Amino acid sequence: MDEAFLETKKLHRFFGGLHAVNDVSFAVRRDTITALIGPNGAGKTTLFNLIAGTIPPHGGEVHFGGRPITGWKPHAIASRGIARTFQTTKLFLQMTVLENVMVGRHPRTRSGFVAGMLNLPWTWREHAEIEAKAMAILEDLGLSQYAGQTAANLPFGRQRVVEFARALATEPTLLLLDEPAAGLNIYETQELSELILRIRDRGVTCLVVEHDMSLVMNISDDVVVLDQGQKIAEGPPRTIQRHPDVIRIYLGENHVEDPQS
Amino acid sequence: MGGRRYIPIIVATLLIVAGQPVLWAIARPYYMTQITMSAYYALVVIGLCLLMGYAGQVSLGHAGFFAIGGYTSAVLTTCNLLARQNEVPITCFRSLGLLVERQDLYGQAMLCFSPWAAFVAALLLTAGIAFLIGLPVIRLKGHYLAMATLGFGLIIYRIVLGAPVFGQADGISNVPPFELFAGLEVNGRPPYRVQNYYIAWAAVLAAMLLAINLVHSRVGRALRSIHQNEEAAHSLGVNTFQYKLSTFVLSAVFAAVGGALLTHYNGSIGPSEVTVMKSVRYVSIVAVGGMANLWGALVMAIALNVLSLRGNFGTYDDAVFGMILIVIMLFAPQGLLRMPNLRWISTWFSRRSYG
Ligand SMILES: Nc1ncnc2c1ncn2[C@@H]1O[C@H](COP(=O)(O)OP(=O)(O)OP(=O)(O)O)[C@@H](O)[C@H]1O
Ligand SMILES: [Mg+2]
Repeated sequence: MDEAFLETKKLHRFFGGLHAVNDVSFAVRRDTITALIGPNGAGKTTLFNLIAGTIPPHGGEVHFGGRPITGWKPHAIASRGIARTFQTTKLFLQMTVLENVMVGRHPRTRSGFVAGMLNLPWTWREHAEIEAKAMAILEDLGLSQYAGQTAANLPFGRQRVVEFARALATEPTLLLLDEPAAGLNIYETQELSELILRIRDRGVTCLVVEHDMSLVMNISDDVVVLDQGQKIAEGPPRTIQRHPDVIRIYLGENHVEDPQS
Repeated sequence: MGGRRYIPIIVATLLIVAGQPVLWAIARPYYMTQITMSAYYALVVIGLCLLMGYAGQVSLGHAGFFAIGGYTSAVLTTCNLLARQNEVPITCFRSLGLLVERQDLYGQAMLCFSPWAAFVAALLLTAGIAFLIGLPVIRLKGHYLAMATLGFGLIIYRIVLGAPVFGQADGISNVPPFELFAGLEVNGRPPYRVQNYYIAWAAVLAAMLLAINLVHSRVGRALRSIHQNEEAAHSLGVNTFQYKLSTFVLSAVFAAVGGALLTHYNGSIGPSEVTVMKSVRYVSIVAVGGMANLWGALVMAIALNVLSLRGNFGTYDDAVFGMILIVIMLFAPQGLLRMPNLRWISTWFSRRSYG
């Protein structure tokens, strides 16, 4: 049961002389929510980019579902079942909400240039399927009333959920969420944590970067702590909360003697 | 499915068919020649519109692809292989039916590639070159891509000007007509004027049909997503490099079709088709048409090229297109038809062309 679903082995990436991710090895168990925490500049987003293939690592390996995916391009990794959201949302702002989610169906559909240009009948069925699936996801996330709206016109909180919906449309088995609660109010954050739990229960493993500690402690099964590119702790939330190094980097030296704080 | 997107095509067809007798009736049949030529230039613009407006990649080298299409057709249909007719590749080509015998202007016997064979060769060659150029170049972004494609255009221009096989400054003339099917030929002489008006428009409408279908397809959606946020598109499984490269090759082939057909229509091609200002012209037409607006690009391609061919811009011909580009970029980067006062013109069309 504890077999690793996603595993990094001595993953390394530097920018100039800065070791943004420094020999990080950690594992995510299947069907869990793992939180990745750490102070600003710890290398969390860089680690996401390495896993998702956005940037290549300078050393180490990434294994997903028991197979190496190190150095794969993002589109190939997406097809394998890893989807992500971004720290600053990256919606297709000029498209409608529905179209945004329809793009998410890309890795699960196949009509190409020739079929598209000739408007072949089988692509009609595919198109209807794409639209229906995208619409179903929007309904599920309570976004159906926004379907026809241009993404840019949505309030910020809704944009985050659309990005979430778009990632789900790729039918991922692993979802990488980079600070999903940033900029959300408490109600929206509450809604989000319920959403993440619901997604996990449907068999989507989640790796979440988050600064909101109450959210992290409430929903995650495991926590990985990163500081200055290095993993300094890993374990269930209860243990992490008491971990002296974690307390030090979050609260400063003088709190270390007082683990209750 | 998506039948509404074809309404503008039907309307355009009616306009074209209605326009022809009108031009005839007002005793301006020679307008038809200019419209026919503009239609072939419009093929370049349609392809470039897909590349620039939808995939979001600029190219300042499309006159180069137009020229590769045109010059390949011209060279293959005018080189006389008679002296070498017993050599191995020639006999093979002949038995494959790729060659035709004809007479030149002075009644001399000639053995040349048939226009169909030359046409297919021109498209394949263009696709191959676009692929090889695109492989390194399409990884570049923005200004760098513009510079690289500009460089490609300049190289083609220099080759055309320097190589005797391309006729250097004189270009290639005496290109034969292109018989498409029995009785239908791409031929610029006055008796063929009406026929060629329809042939050119058929090519344009076919290109529009393919382009509109593509824009509405899964691929079109992926292209637009690349344009709007490449990183996000890539993370959603869109092979951004492959899609941009394919669109680049596709738009080059559209340009080559225009180049090859216009060369047969004119009976000649010269280096003036290959200048950088021609590439700028295509880019400015796509820009003024509204970038991601196929119908806008088509309307502008016909209107501006007809004016240019009629000499309405005089000696400022190239300057006009340069100015158009600058003005559009400064004041209406969304294209003229998206300006508040003129929006009503495009609303009717674009509501259909975006779906
Ligand atoms: N493309 C880049 N070029 C140069 N340096 C970079 C690049 N991306 C990240 N860095 C640096 O790497 C370090 C880690 O950055 P990263 O964005 O991964 O941190 P983070 O943990 O996500 O921080 P935050 O909580 O602020 O999002 C930082 O010092 C950052 O400045
Ligand atoms: Mg970050």
